[in-house]
This record gives sequence, structure tokens and C-alpha cells, in this order.
Amino acid sequence: MTNLLEVNNVSKKFGTFTALNNVSLAVPNGSIFGLLGPNGAGKTTLIRVINQITMPDTGEVFLDGETLQEKHIRDIGYLPEERGLYKSMKVGEQALYLAQLKGLSKTEARQRLKYWFDRLEIGDWWNKKIQELSKGMAQKVQFVVTVLHEPKLLIFDEPFSGFDPINANLIKDEILHLREKGATVIFSTHRMESVEELCDDIALINKSNKILDGKLTEVKRQYKSNTFEVGLRTEDNVKLEQELAEKFSISKAYFKTLDNELKLNIKLKDMDKPNDLLSYLTTKSEVSHFVELIPSVNDIFIQTVKNNN
Amino acid sequence: MNHLPLIIKREYLNKVRNKAFIIMTVLSPVIMIILVSVVAYLSQLNNDKVRVITVLDESGFLENAFENSDKTSYNVLSGMHLTDAQTLTKEAKSYGLLHIESFSNLEEASNHVKFYSEESPSLSLISDIEEKLEKAFTSRNLKNKGVNVDTINAARVKINMAQESFEGEKTSKIDSVVKLIFGGAAGYLLFMFIIIYGNMIMRSVIEEKTSRIIEVIISSVKPVQLMLGKIIGTSLAGITQFVIWLILGSILITVVSFVFGIEVQTPQQQMVVQSVASSEINTQVQNVMEAFYNLPITNLIVAFVLFFVGGYLLYSSLYAAIGAAVDNETDTQQFMLPIIMPLILAVYIGVFTVIEDPHGTVSTIFSYIPLTSPVVMLMRIPFGVPIWQQLISLVILLASFTFTVWFAAKIYRVGILMYGKKPSYKELIKWIKY
Repeated sequence: MTNLLEVNNVSKKFGTFTALNNVSLAVPNGSIFGLLGPNGAGKTTLIRVINQITMPDTGEVFLDGETLQEKHIRDIGYLPEERGLYKSMKVGEQALYLAQLKGLSKTEARQRLKYWFDRLEIGDWWNKKIQELSKGMAQKVQFVVTVLHEPKLLIFDEPFSGFDPINANLIKDEILHLREKGATVIFSTHRMESVEELCDDIALINKSNKILDGKLTEVKRQYKSNTFEVGLRTEDNVKLEQELAEKFSISKAYFKTLDNELKLNIKLKDMDKPNDLLSYLTTKSEVSHFVELIPSVNDIFIQTVKNNN
Repeated sequence: MNHLPLIIKREYLNKVRNKAFIIMTVLSPVIMIILVSVVAYLSQLNNDKVRVITVLDESGFLENAFENSDKTSYNVLSGMHLTDAQTLTKEAKSYGLLHIESFSNLEEASNHVKFYSEESPSLSLISDIEEKLEKAFTSRNLKNKGVNVDTINAARVKINMAQESFEGEKTSKIDSVVKLIFGGAAGYLLFMFIIIYGNMIMRSVIEEKTSRIIEVIISSVKPVQLMLGKIIGTSLAGITQFVIWLILGSILITVVSFVFGIEVQTPQQQMVVQSVASSEINTQVQNVMEAFYNLPITNLIVAFVLFFVGGYLLYSSLYAAIGAAVDNETDTQQFMLPIIMPLILAVYIGVFTVIEDPHGTVSTIFSYIPLTSPVVMLMRIPFGVPIWQQLISLVILLASFTFTVWFAAKIYRVGILMYGKKPSYKELIKWIKY
């Protein structure tokens, strides 16, 4: 089985409002899948469909090759963006309750909780009430509750919000660790740098439609424009710039260096080879900097959404 | 996966362990007993006071007409002027002065009698005196016209009609009172239960929304399960509280009445005592017991359980739906009215119509309508309702309960994930189609 989760042509309407329009996705087994999109695009509805909270009007969802059904609840761990815990309930009791709802037996849940509480160093909180904890502390408890039943599919909606950098890093490491142990992760966030860092695959949803998906590297390859960022040491910057402008399409580049070089973005035609450019440049100047410009997820996000609108 | 027992357990423990709940459970009977004791004590104080009424009889018709009782004593003056008698009454701090002018025509007695007092006298006192005067003047008048009073008294016939239904069931006035008490108690109990614990369910649904845990829960269990678990768990907590109140209350009543020697009476007991007082006193206990045995006990208990559960579940699912539709308690107001109205209507019909005419059209119709039937039917049953009527009513109740749960679950399912604006009725209808 290559895809753990397959979403086929799912549509969902609320009255006259279309939340999802014929959306299809495939989440490869063992991947970290970034589900991106502007606010109100339909991400949460899609996640709720996968969690069987909302039933789709049309379309199908398959988990591990089977049509999604009630027994799959225990195969999914979901950390919603709108999260919270019972304020007046004790941490331990609450975690046990939620774990039992996911189908764990009480003794099993207790053992695993002990492991996780020790691992995240929150063992002392067992008898504290949630209202006595800070937001970040409660988030840790919430994370443990989400992963406790060792689901095949983990869905995190903005998992790092509310964490300080140290704890955010801790949670990030835990997510990577879970993936190593075989879990597949769907990751919905607006923090593009963490998408860049973690995700293998992405899908972009805008206005209820999927407008882009695939392997992150493939997407980037698709979006790169054969542009190179160069730094050139020469005696006459202005003269060289004029010469290059005649041969290539260039624009000013901005990056930090020690000397006052000529900094340019040079866009090649599709046929042109980078090596040819480089050897040409070496005849004219001393090349101090030569990098292919790969679009960031941030750029792709903004560009695609803008074009789509 | 059936998580219902787990949810019920959590809801129950959460309610029962709640500090406010514990305090309310312990304190309510104590406060009630204190209140009742204070009222009882005060009314006893009032009763102990003997009212003194001075009587100035210038007509001479009224010898021996005024006998002192526990509460009133009469001070008969003679050979005095009215103004002197008034001063005397005031100085002696007596309650009032009854003045009868000198007159001859007994038929016009009314024009010659007057009562003077500092404050306006109570209605019962006035009618008491009026009764005494009427009796005295009438017998005087009869004597004047040559009629023998003793003959009239001897000829008087007294009737206490025995009642019996065609099926041979004996009934009596006391019967009706006892039936009323049973029906009324059952109806009121349900009413109170719905109001108190329905609200509790609503609050706990809102709490789940405001603490934002709902989406976590709902990804593990079906909303209907969560809703039913909540309703059942809260109800069990409510029953626990009620039982504790009953036990604690009866212990406290015993202790209080033992220690202070105050006879604590519930209004119902007073009603029985009053109605009994007007009939023959020596058979009162026997009559009450008889009336009690005459009640359709088995029918009453079975019907009580069924209608209580049915009615309670019907209303509490509505409460749960309201909780799901809004974000905070203040927004619940607009949806509360349609729930409270039929409840209050049911109690009014129970109190006014059922007593007057337990099997009349109004009572019968409202004992079929699901939102009022539990209360009204429970009040009617002691008066004997044919089983088939009860069954029809019960079937209607169950059908509408099923419908309400379905309806509430729909609203619940959509509502618990909706935040922000307060929905209108129109939007609620739309949610059902989602």
C-alpha cells in the first residue's frame, strides 16, 4: 500500500456555501503531508471529513485501502486547531478518559501515559487540574492525548501554536520520531518555514478547490524559473551590468556579502545550461556567488493563490 | 465502539464531584428546614397571642352570646357611654370594640352594629363575630315569633354523601384531596427535575464548547452518543441529589421537630388536616388510609416511572440542543421561552383544570400533547385514567421523544462546531439539512 489515505472527489456544501469542491488527495504512507491554504479555504472541513466528524455530500475516503468507517476512529489521532480540555478535570483522569474513548483499555492507557508523561517531563502534573496549567503546558498534555493510541494517521492543525521555541522544537522532534516509527502525518499550518523543514508532500487548497499538490521537491522544480543569483567581482560594475543586460534578462539581487560586488538575478531561457552561464561569467569577472533560485513554499503559496484568485 | 457507559460515568463523576454540587446538595435541605422552621415558629408566635375584644351591648339582646376561645377573649362592658368605652378599649390596648346600639326591631339589627379598631381587622375575625351575632339575633328573633329553637335544631338533617363509581369503587372528599396531593406531587417533581437538571445539561454542553474540547471528543465518539451520555449522566447525578435531599430532609425534619418541639407541617399536610377538620374528626385517620389504599397504586408507580423518564428525556434533549446552538449562557434566553412555556402551561392545567374536572376535554387533550402530557397525565392518573388513554399518551410521548432526540442530535452535531454568532431559528432549521 503506497497511499495511507486517499480522498476521492469529495464535495461538501453547507446550505448554499460550498466548503469543498471535488477535492482529491493522496497521502503516501510514512510521509509528512502539508495541507496548506488561506484562511477559510476548506482545510478544516476536509480534516473533519477525514475524522468522520462531517459527512461528505459526495466522494469517498479510503484509509489503508478500506472505505472510511467507524472502526477507523482509533487509527487516527487528531489535534484540532480549536483545542481545549475539560478545565476542572485532573490531567491524568482526563488523559485516561480521552484515551479510553479512542479504544484503549484503562491499564494500557495508564502505562502509555506514564511513558509519555515521563518522556515529555510532565509526570508531576498527573493530579493537577487543567485550569492550574499554563497554555503551553496544556498543549503538551493535548499532544500526548493525540498520539497516545499510536494511530496510523496523525493530523495536526497548527501544532506549534502556543509553544515557546524550546517546546516547539521538542514537539517537532516528537513528530519526526513518530514518523520514523511508521506514522503518517498530515500537517496543516500557516507557518511556511516549518512546512519547508518537515513536509515531504504538500497540497494547496484555495476557495474549496485543490489547486496544487505533489512532492514538495517536484512542486518546487515545477515552479523554479531557471534563475540564478550571482555575485560578480569586477572593476566596473556598471559596464558589466550593461553587457549582461544585452545577453540575458537580469534584475537586481539583494543578499549580504563582504565586498561591494555586482549582485544580479539572471534568468536563463529554458534551453540554456547553467554551466554555460557560469563559464561565460568567469571570462568577464570573478564569480563569488552562484546559486540557483529555488522558490520557497512561501513564494509558491502566495503566487498560486494570487493567480487562482 | 460503544462509549456510552464511559461518557455517562465521566459526566456523573464530574457532576457529583463538583464543589458547587456538593455544597448545594448538603445546604439546600438545611436552608429549607431553617426556613420552614422559622415560618412555623413565627406563625406559632402569632397564634399564641390572645386577642381581647371589648363589647358594649346597649340592646340587651346578647347575653351569653360571646364565649371566650383560645385566640379571642371578650370583655363585656355595660352601662357605659360609647366614647368612654372607646377610650377604655384604647387604654387597655384591646384589639377592638364591638358596639351594639339600643334598638328594638331585630330585623334591622345590621344597622345598629359597629366594630371599632386601631388597625383594620382580619377577615376571619370579622366573619367570626358576624356569625356569632347572626346566631344570637336569629334565635332571639325566632323566639319572638314564637318558634321553638330546640325543635328546629332537633329537626335538622345532616348529610355526608357517600360516593361510589359504577364499578363499585368508593370515593370521598378526602379521596379527592389525597389524589390531588399524589398527582400534584408527581407533576411538580417532574417540573422541578426538568428545570434544574435540564439547565445543568445545557450548561455542560456549553462548557464543552467554550473549553473547545468538543472537537477532540467528537473525533472519537458520535455526537448522539455524547448527547445521550450527557443526559443520562446528569440525570443520574440529579437522582442522587434528590435521594440525598429526601434522606437528609427527613432526618433534619425529625431532629428539628424533636429538638424544638415545633410541628413542622408541609402545605399538603395542612390541606389534609383542613379538609378533614370540616368532616367528621373521629374517622379522619381511617378515611385518609382508605383513600390511600383506594389509589391505583401499581398504575401510579408504573405510570410515574414511564412518564417521568419520557418527559424528562424529551425536555433534556431540547436543553442539550439549545446548549449546542449557542456559545454562552446569556444567549440561551431566546430559545428558553418555547421550552418553559409548555411546562408552565402543563402545571397550570394540572393545578386548575385537572382538579376541577380531571376527565374533561381540556385535561384529556393536554394529557396527549407530548410537551404537557407527562405533567398533566401524572396529575390525572390518581383520579383513574383508562389504561388505553395512558398507552396512547405514552406512545405519542415516546414517538415525539424519538423525534426530539433526532432533531436535537442534528442541531447538536452542527451546533457544537459552530462558534461566533448566535443562530436564529431559521438557521437552526437549515442545520437540520446539513
